[in-house]
Amino acid sequence: MSKPILEVRNLTKKFGDFTAVDNISFDIHEGEILGLLGPNGAGKTTTIHMLLGLIAPSAGSIHMFGLDLAEHREEILQQVNFSSTYISMPFSLTVEENLKVIARLYSLQNIQQRVDAILEKLEMSDIRSKLTRKLSTGQMSRLTLAKALMTEPKILFLDEPTASLDPDIVHKIKAFLKEYQRNAGLSILYTSHNMREMEEMSNRIVFLQHGHIVAEGTADQIVQRYGQRDLEEVFLKLAREPKAQ
Amino acid sequence: MNVGRIGGLLSRHLYLYQRSFARMLEIFYWPLLDLVVWGFITMYLQDAGVSLHGAVAFFLGALILWDVLFRAQQGVAVSFLEEMWSRNLMNLFASPLTVGEYLASTMIMSILKVTAVASLMMVFAWVFYSYDMLKVGVSLLPFIINLVVSGWIIGVLTTSIIMRFGQQAEVLAWGMVFLFQPISCVFYPLEVLPPILQSIAWMVPPAHIFEGMRAVLIEGVIPVTHIVWATGLNLFFFVVIVAWFYHTFNICKEKGMLVRVGE
Repeated sequence: MSKPILEVRNLTKKFGDFTAVDNISFDIHEGEILGLLGPNGAGKTTTIHMLLGLIAPSAGSIHMFGLDLAEHREEILQQVNFSSTYISMPFSLTVEENLKVIARLYSLQNIQQRVDAILEKLEMSDIRSKLTRKLSTGQMSRLTLAKALMTEPKILFLDEPTASLDPDIVHKIKAFLKEYQRNAGLSILYTSHNMREMEEMSNRIVFLQHGHIVAEGTADQIVQRYGQRDLEEVFLKLAREPKAQ
Repeated sequence: MNVGRIGGLLSRHLYLYQRSFARMLEIFYWPLLDLVVWGFITMYLQDAGVSLHGAVAFFLGALILWDVLFRAQQGVAVSFLEEMWSRNLMNLFASPLTVGEYLASTMIMSILKVTAVASLMMVFAWVFYSYDMLKVGVSLLPFIINLVVSGWIIGVLTTSIIMRFGQQAEVLAWGMVFLFQPISCVFYPLEVLPPILQSIAWMVPPAHIFEGMRAVLIEGVIPVTHIVWATGLNLFFFVVIVAWFYHTFNICKEKGMLVRVGE
């Protein structure tokens, strides 16, 4: 197997007495999609925020491309991006303006061509002049995906990218992501509450519960290990287990 | 420092301002209103025969320079609020943009605001009150530069408090600078302050700037001592406040506040 492109070791995050992420370790390899699964409050989003350098870990280390995030923030973030249903972009700027600002923040060359290309790929050319505040939820999700993919990251963090979207848009986004990931050899960390989506998208799954990793492997391996019929049943079983004292 | 990234963030604000009538109004409305009111007060004092040497220069000059300080502070603090309101901080700080580049872009934004407001006020004062500030010449330049730096210092302090305490502290973006107004001696000489406040005022760069400004506008002399004091104090406070901002930024990262600051 190739060398991990992302290595997380003994990562811990404490907010006062509360431990949001408790000593977790995992890797992502080049071209792999790792699913981060768990109920609300399991520590998925906190983990992603630490991987993006937005939250400082209490302990542990994060290495990407063999570099320590704590020491090589700029070099690493240049090659990383993220998208989430829960983030936003400046409302008073148009779709195109927002993408141009992002392109400059990532020091991209040929900005206009890059913006045109990503808008076309995500079927957004017709809304390029639309103000961001006037976008529908689905269009907003595609915009945050466009801003993430336009920078051609080597690692992409997707935090519930399809939450609260209608099935048609979810289907389109998933299809686009899978094709893009195959062509670009992109590594993805993917969180979702949709078990079918998780099985469909991920090569491997890490199950988080109360900040701990409680299961790890392919969807089939996890289902077999817990003797359940599918991932959803495993999710319900694990999510309902009380927190160990 | 990556100039392209600083320009990128700057372009985000320029896109916003070119489209937002409310924001343009905010830049021009209050300064012009201030100028109208203080212009009439000055005319009234002159008509009433109040003996105040160079009353027009005294008040209108002070007002224009006060707005330099105010807009320089707002350029920094309101730029942060814009990111907070649009929940854009995550996009910025998950990108390669550094804290230093972020601050640099807000400071450049404040220079643009100051230039726009001060130019308009000077034209307005010249047209309606025959007060030509440009006549004073380059001797005012060191004071204007020092005022802009003082505005940055207050703006960065305000931003760090808003970042730390969230939306509940956002009113400081408009109010913080007024905390410094009484001891900045904008419209009166420093000697009218009680002795204890005079001691405090000497430690505040704007007090030296406005004292010096009066010497330039009214007496036509260049008070080198005030310029040296203002510059020295500004350099000291600028280094301290930028270090403080980095410290606060790291605290916010530890507490996870950077991802929740707009909530």
